[in-house]
Amino acid sequence: MLALLQNTAELGLISSLTVLALFLSYSMLNVCDLSTDGCFTLGATVGAVVALAGHPYLSLPAAMGAGVLSGFITALLQTKMGINSLLSGIIVNTGLYSINIAVMSGSSLLNMNKTETVFTRVRDLLKGTPLSGWSVILVAAAAVALVALFLGLFLRTRLGLAIRATGNNPDMVRSSSINPSFTTIVGLCVSNSFTALSGCLLAQANKSVYIDIGTGMVTVALASLLIGGAFLGRRRMPMRILGMVLGAFIFRLVYTIALRFNMPAFMLKLVSAVIVVAAISIPYMKEQFPMLRRRMLHRRQRGRV
Amino acid sequence: MMLELRHVSKTFNRGTPDSHKALDDVTLHVQAGDFISVIGANGAGKSTLFNAIAGSFITDEGTILLDGRDVTLLPEYKRAREIGRLFQDPMRGTAPGMTVGENLALAAGHGGWLSSVSRKDKELFRERLALLDMGLEDRMDQPVGLLSGGQRQALTLTMAIFNPPKLLLLDEHTAALDPGTAEKVLALTEQIVREHQLTCMMITHNMRSALALGNRTITMYRGRIVMDVSGEERARLTVPDLLERFRQTAGQELDNDRMLLI
Repeated sequence: MLALLQNTAELGLISSLTVLALFLSYSMLNVCDLSTDGCFTLGATVGAVVALAGHPYLSLPAAMGAGVLSGFITALLQTKMGINSLLSGIIVNTGLYSINIAVMSGSSLLNMNKTETVFTRVRDLLKGTPLSGWSVILVAAAAVALVALFLGLFLRTRLGLAIRATGNNPDMVRSSSINPSFTTIVGLCVSNSFTALSGCLLAQANKSVYIDIGTGMVTVALASLLIGGAFLGRRRMPMRILGMVLGAFIFRLVYTIALRFNMPAFMLKLVSAVIVVAAISIPYMKEQFPMLRRRMLHRRQRGRV
Repeated sequence: MMLELRHVSKTFNRGTPDSHKALDDVTLHVQAGDFISVIGANGAGKSTLFNAIAGSFITDEGTILLDGRDVTLLPEYKRAREIGRLFQDPMRGTAPGMTVGENLALAAGHGGWLSSVSRKDKELFRERLALLDMGLEDRMDQPVGLLSGGQRQALTLTMAIFNPPKLLLLDEHTAALDPGTAEKVLALTEQIVREHQLTCMMITHNMRSALALGNRTITMYRGRIVMDVSGEERARLTVPDLLERFRQTAGQELDNDRMLLI
């Protein structure tokens, strides 16, 4: 039981990095970044290759750097080349599939069973202390804490405010003498670096990368984001950021419980798809409901006359 | 000379059956401190003129000089440093999901990209908001989306002149407000323009304020400036005179549903 909860916490923490990435791109910048899946895998493959080369610590900045590059291209397509933002994400996602296999030297699977990763390094550092079994959680928690802290401070700077305003009212950004293309590019570079870090950590925690590791990640993260938003969405910024991490946890917890009740593991993505549909459509349908009711009443009354 | 337009033209949908010459060889000289009211029927090119000056599009022909600098090819966001602008739609100038303070912080543009709002900045924002006399200084942490149209427009005005621009463009900025609020925002505008000695152009459909406010009135018709009055000549002008002179120059009545003639 404890092991199960520990695993939930690990996965929750690692995937919350992607949720924080979407918080920046989806909630702040108002761009639904569909390159997330590919970028997650990119972080995983780049991180794995660097770790396999014997540099476990270097794998983290390397993965993040790759994420920045991927975000830069996605942003460039939509701000400078007239490609619709959804389509830019899809295009980059498709291109990344080939790139990811190329990074893994033509294979679609890399094994890191005997490879030193950030987690094994930290485990070795903690050897003999009671914390040695918790290296994944500790490293992931540290990464989440740093990213959340960075995001909280970043969104308060002039650049952060400009990124938020770009998602809110690009006209107003322009009249503040700021180029909204620039803020979109910076925002997507930063958010994709988080996504890639998330992928890198998951691969190292799993001790393996396969080409489909990121598939459906955008929906899973979006589901977590919407759950987190339902709890803490109307609070101040630090609480909203905390809500994202909370959302990732709740999502994983619900999933773990469902698994205990014998839900097959392959249902994860369908569940996340249903959560996203429900979370986005319910407020909309609530709004439509009074009109539907009036229509029905009206029809009934007409029937009587 | 604060603003100079030399033979500026702009055609939309060129080469199609919808081709429309929105600005036709417009030449205009604006002196520093001028407050110009701009009138004309719908589709006469008033907003297009403002768009050309602000850089919403690049003109087809002609030159635009702002305070002696050629800005003809400069993108909109770069011109915005020196040109403040308000639109009819009070929603357009502010970010509704961000707080009053955050909106002001962006407009103020103090410090570098990674600087954040200091206590001193906040004090300054409060001071500026207090001048509006709308109680906004106590609502700094509320999202702008909660404000009324008049409050949003007053906030937009404060943001536009936070760093006094070389030119202020007002595109019917009170037309969407209720009469009482419109009057208040207009009075506020006049006061701010006078205090900061701003150079200002204002599109209006209210003939009376077109003559009462500012020192100069221009009339547009089919993408051209057909009338330009100032000084004593303008002081003697009444609304009926204005309409009569328009008929003589344009050969057509200056009539339109939205025009307020009194």
